[in-house]
Amino acid sequence: MTKDIKKLALTGGAAAAEALKQIEPEVMPIYPITPQTPIIETYAKFQADGEVDTEMIKVESEHSAMSAAIGASAAGARVVTATSSQGLALMHEVLYIASGTRLPILMLISARALGAPINIHGDHSDVMGCRDSGWLQIFCENAQEVYDKTIIGMKLAEKVNLPVMVIMDGFNTSHSVENLEILETEMVKHFMGERIAIAPLLDTANPVSYGPVALQNSYFEFKIDQEAAMLGATAEYEKIANEYEKISGRHYGCFESYQAEDAERIMVLTGSATGTAKVVVDKLRQRGEKVGLVKIELFRPFMHVELATILKNAKEIIVLDRAQSIGTNAPFHSEVINTLYEANEIKKVKSFIYGLGGRDIFQTQIEDVFMGKQKDKYIK
Amino acid sequence: MNKELTKYLSSGHSACAGCGFPAIVRAILGEAKDEVVVANATGCLEVTSTLYPYTAWKTPWIHNAFENAAATMSGVERAYAILKRKNKLPGGDKKIKFVAFGGDGGTYDIGLQSLSGALERGHNFLYVLYDNEGYMNTGNQRSSATPYGAATETTPAGRASFGKTEMRKNLMDIVNAHHIKYLAQANVAYMADLKKKAQKALAVEGPSFLSVFSPCTNNWKFPTSQYVAIAILATETNFWPLYEVENGKHKITLEPKNVKPLTDFLKTQGRFKHLFSEKNKPVIDRMQRIANEEFARLVSLTEKEI
Ligand SMILES: Cc1ncc(C[n+]2csc(CCOP(=O)(O)OP(=O)(O)O)c2C)c(N)n1
Ligand code: SF4
Ligand SMILES: [Mg+2]
Repeated sequence: MTKDIKKLALTGGAAAAEALKQIEPEVMPIYPITPQTPIIETYAKFQADGEVDTEMIKVESEHSAMSAAIGASAAGARVVTATSSQGLALMHEVLYIASGTRLPILMLISARALGAPINIHGDHSDVMGCRDSGWLQIFCENAQEVYDKTIIGMKLAEKVNLPVMVIMDGFNTSHSVENLEILETEMVKHFMGERIAIAPLLDTANPVSYGPVALQNSYFEFKIDQEAAMLGATAEYEKIANEYEKISGRHYGCFESYQAEDAERIMVLTGSATGTAKVVVDKLRQRGEKVGLVKIELFRPFMHVELATILKNAKEIIVLDRAQSIGTNAPFHSEVINTLYEANEIKKVKSFIYGLGGRDIFQTQIEDVFMGKQKDKYIK
Repeated sequence: MNKELTKYLSSGHSACAGCGFPAIVRAILGEAKDEVVVANATGCLEVTSTLYPYTAWKTPWIHNAFENAAATMSGVERAYAILKRKNKLPGGDKKIKFVAFGGDGGTYDIGLQSLSGALERGHNFLYVLYDNEGYMNTGNQRSSATPYGAATETTPAGRASFGKTEMRKNLMDIVNAHHIKYLAQANVAYMADLKKKAQKALAVEGPSFLSVFSPCTNNWKFPTSQYVAIAILATETNFWPLYEVENGKHKITLEPKNVKPLTDFLKTQGRFKHLFSEKNKPVIDRMQRIANEEFARLVSLTEKEI
């Protein structure tokens, strides 16, 4: 297939909706919450204009949104939902049921702070709260990535029979207009193919029971199998990302390494701040500083070996988290320590927390971090 | 066991002998004309019917969580709608009826929001509440369906307590407030009445609701052989009137000729045993008053609509 390029100026939320329009999910249970609303509102307008044929279920809570998504996915449909913050927290119970039942569902997240105190702006507290829920978690840096990873994530979910979250930063990405390239709809549809559901609930001639009680003699095995499926999902992710690269020209992986090959100091982070940090890296490189960064793209499953390879030659690792793990090390910080320990590498690791509740982070602050001038753990 | 009876729910489930709900499930699903897909809230029915690697269900069945059977069914039912529209149903085109089962805890309490949402959105499904008046699967705690005066593990009778101090809430009125076409209250002991209501409920395009009295031998504390006899007493004392609301019209479907005193029902069960003391006589009196008043209110609703 040839590459047809169409350029648009869209917010991250609209980019997600654009990708969804091309995917045209069959069922989409939705419930509003800032900053996710542009995704579902844009899609609702596509529906209202007859551009897509999707069963949008306007449920009465996020708990019901995920519950309906589970029902629809078990039934055999292609299913998408979207949320943020309190909504994701409210879903928490059923997130585990979606993954434990091995149901493909794509969920777009505009990552946002969690109350209390209530705050509608971006950070990663919400998605970190469900990092052990058995969902794949894919982070996006900008609107282009949101568009691309929405398509990749949908295909991946159905390939590995696990639910996938595609995460953008609330407001920074969800509400910022950027130029991006989109593919021809036909190309996306061809890339996606049809969902081939295993033992769908609607196959009444071959009845199955979804969600039984499993006791001491079987529960453990279910969970072992689930973890194996999660770990195996990385290879599928890479495969699908490679196929996608062939039609889009854009490459995605578990991590994006930027100027890291010969860097002495490497910053590990994700999301919209990565764009800012790249500018700083370029600036410092011009001044002769050997700095680089690693952007986490696939956070669950987390590929420690791959990260260790990227970090191998660095002397100092600087980890930027946009969430706390109150009472212990911040999430990315913990992962990086695990990575280094498992690779038998002893390196200096510095941990910083930034951007809570939508607080901006500026180039000068990132520069200070690289240059050892930021002493406080919190980049305020 | 009879093949027709076990067409949907087989024998070999692990519900207590003398439990009310297996007969309810079989009676209702037995009236289905189309294929059936079932959703089940967490609770005794769910736990006793699907102990992995076994299942008693011979029809597609899904359990998600405690509070979300109605929301889960919303997703299944809409998936059906679009897959049918796109000619993508597994096994080809067919008509499917969707039936959700929930206990009183999963319906009156924790699942009320999910039920309300699904009724309001108008999904094409029948929701069946099997009401055993408490959280039985977790060992008999009170729910908002537990009657005033009943002793449960969280409302125990004691020197300073006569059991539950609140009246049961009227879920039928709440469901009726959603303007659905058909809802009815039935009783496992009145099979012909229950089946007729099931037929009507299953025939509705859109949401319908059945609230079915389901004695619990284990926690109401009565001999396993007695569930039908006790269920009959519930209706004969007007503790559990049989009625329906069809297109907004209330109708009592079976009115006891000689209403028995409520104590005839109460004295059959351990959960009310503590009430038969001098001290608790006012509690029984109040229970009788509640039953009388509720029935009178129901009668007035039927009269108003004639
Ligand atoms: C969110 C949640 N809270 C509590 C429970 C524990 N729980 C499981 S079943 C149950 C009681 C079910 O009561 P009911 O719905 O009346 O059904 P029954 O067991 O009486 O048939 C409870 C409290 C749960 N599974 N999930
Ligand atoms: S505890 Fe009660 S409701 Fe549960 S199976 Fe036994 S009799 Fe039935
Ligand atoms: Mg109960």
